[in-house]
Amino acid sequence: MIELENVAHSYGGGELLSGVSLKLAPGSFHFLTGPSGAGKTTLLKLCYGELVPTAGHVGLFGRELREMSRDDIARTRRRIGVVHQDCQFLDHLPLDENVALPLTVSGRGGEAEAGNLRELLSWVGLTARAKALPPQLSGGERQRAALARAVIMAPDVILADEPTGNVDWEMSQRLLTLLVELNRMGKAVLIATHDLTLIRAAKAQVAARVLRIKDRRLQLAGADL
Amino acid sequence: MSALSRLRVLLMGDRQASRVVPPSGFTVWLTVFTAGAMAFLAVFALALSLATGRLADRWADALARTATVRISAPEGQMQAQVDAVMEILRTTPGIASARVLPEAEQRALLEPWLGPDLPVEDLPVPQLIEVTENGEGYDATGLRLRLAGEAPGAVFDDHTRWRRPLVRAAARLRALGMISLGLIALATAAMITLSANAALAANARVIAVLRLVGARDVYIARAFMRRFTGRALEGAGAGTVLGMLAIAFLPEADAAGGFLTGLGFRGLDWALPLLIPPAAGFVAFWATRAAALRVLRRIT
Repeated sequence: MIELENVAHSYGGGELLSGVSLKLAPGSFHFLTGPSGAGKTTLLKLCYGELVPTAGHVGLFGRELREMSRDDIARTRRRIGVVHQDCQFLDHLPLDENVALPLTVSGRGGEAEAGNLRELLSWVGLTARAKALPPQLSGGERQRAALARAVIMAPDVILADEPTGNVDWEMSQRLLTLLVELNRMGKAVLIATHDLTLIRAAKAQVAARVLRIKDRRLQLAGADL
Repeated sequence: MSALSRLRVLLMGDRQASRVVPPSGFTVWLTVFTAGAMAFLAVFALALSLATGRLADRWADALARTATVRISAPEGQMQAQVDAVMEILRTTPGIASARVLPEAEQRALLEPWLGPDLPVEDLPVPQLIEVTENGEGYDATGLRLRLAGEAPGAVFDDHTRWRRPLVRAAARLRALGMISLGLIALATAAMITLSANAALAANARVIAVLRLVGARDVYIARAFMRRFTGRALEGAGAGTVLGMLAIAFLPEADAAGGFLTGLGFRGLDWALPLLIPPAAGFVAFWATRAAALRVLRRIT
């Protein structure tokens, strides 16, 4: 569904990533690790079309990213759920409207989806906080809300950037369980994290592959974890 | 989506879509106020254009086809000269009719200057003959020569001497009015563009988030377009009403001194300023759209 082929990216200076190839197939579960600043977020951004590679090809659902119009990219993003590192909420809207935002902007908001939204909020345990504004939420609540927003369009792929960055161990376990559940429903999952205990915990539940960015290249980390 | 429901969404807005852009405080009122002020000025520019247009038409019409012959002659010769002049005029090609002004009309013409009680009969007032030309026109120089030969007291005045510059000035004024309207429209577009740009910059993060969750450019642009079009409509509506009231209560230029027709609207002209608010809305719509799409192009 998402294919990177020999991709390189630079922000103007030297190359941050080069020769990166990656294929996210339905039902796959990947972790992406590497030191801070290695390019994990950049790689994710390439996967949902926020960045265009300086070399190589990015294919999203069988189409070449460079040939896609802005509207094509917008429509493609509705099929890719992204949990951003900093959540990216609209601070003037309450939590439930933020979670429903992908529905709203694709013209599917309203009563028809209200039931879905309620169900989703109870799944991430935020029913009681539905009317709270994002700045009033704790880090863990924000992360769970971000996950809820990422999956509300029933996407084929879920990309999560440090989804457990601001939360305690117990909460990160809950988030992981949610992601594993989604993966069992056939969604491709890619989680960028440097939390090795999280990866170990996940390996007990799911056949996850671990990718590591080292020296600008993407490597498959072996059984050493 | 059908074209009709598209239009409905565009005009009425869907409540949810408008909410994605946070409400902006008092700067809203600056936009409304400026749109109102521009509409107010537009009403006057429009009134000016219409009034000068009317004036030009009136002068051109009333004066175009007429000329006057003025005869000053001693008491005894007056009738003979009038007859001679009438004969010349009758036989001049291009002249449709000639009419000796009756004493009552001459008196009415003089009254504003000399007062009603003056014994006009006792004064050596020249006799006026009103000449109406037909469409083809006549040879003014030839006519003057003939008059000079046969009626030495007759002076031919075809009005063009002072008519042309007046008509030209009125036409120029009308053009200035039109240019003012155009400038007002452009200034409105510039003002809306500036405030839309400010709003877009203030909401850069909101726009980025909307793009990230899959909003198309038109969706985001529309949220802003709806807002600014609404403000421009409100402001221009108020400004137009105030402008029209100001014109309606303008002191009436009286009919007798109605050489100037007075700045104002006549009859159906009153419908024209009602076009100003929709025009302002139209300008705001496209200015905001252009500004929004320009900003959006910089965000992936």
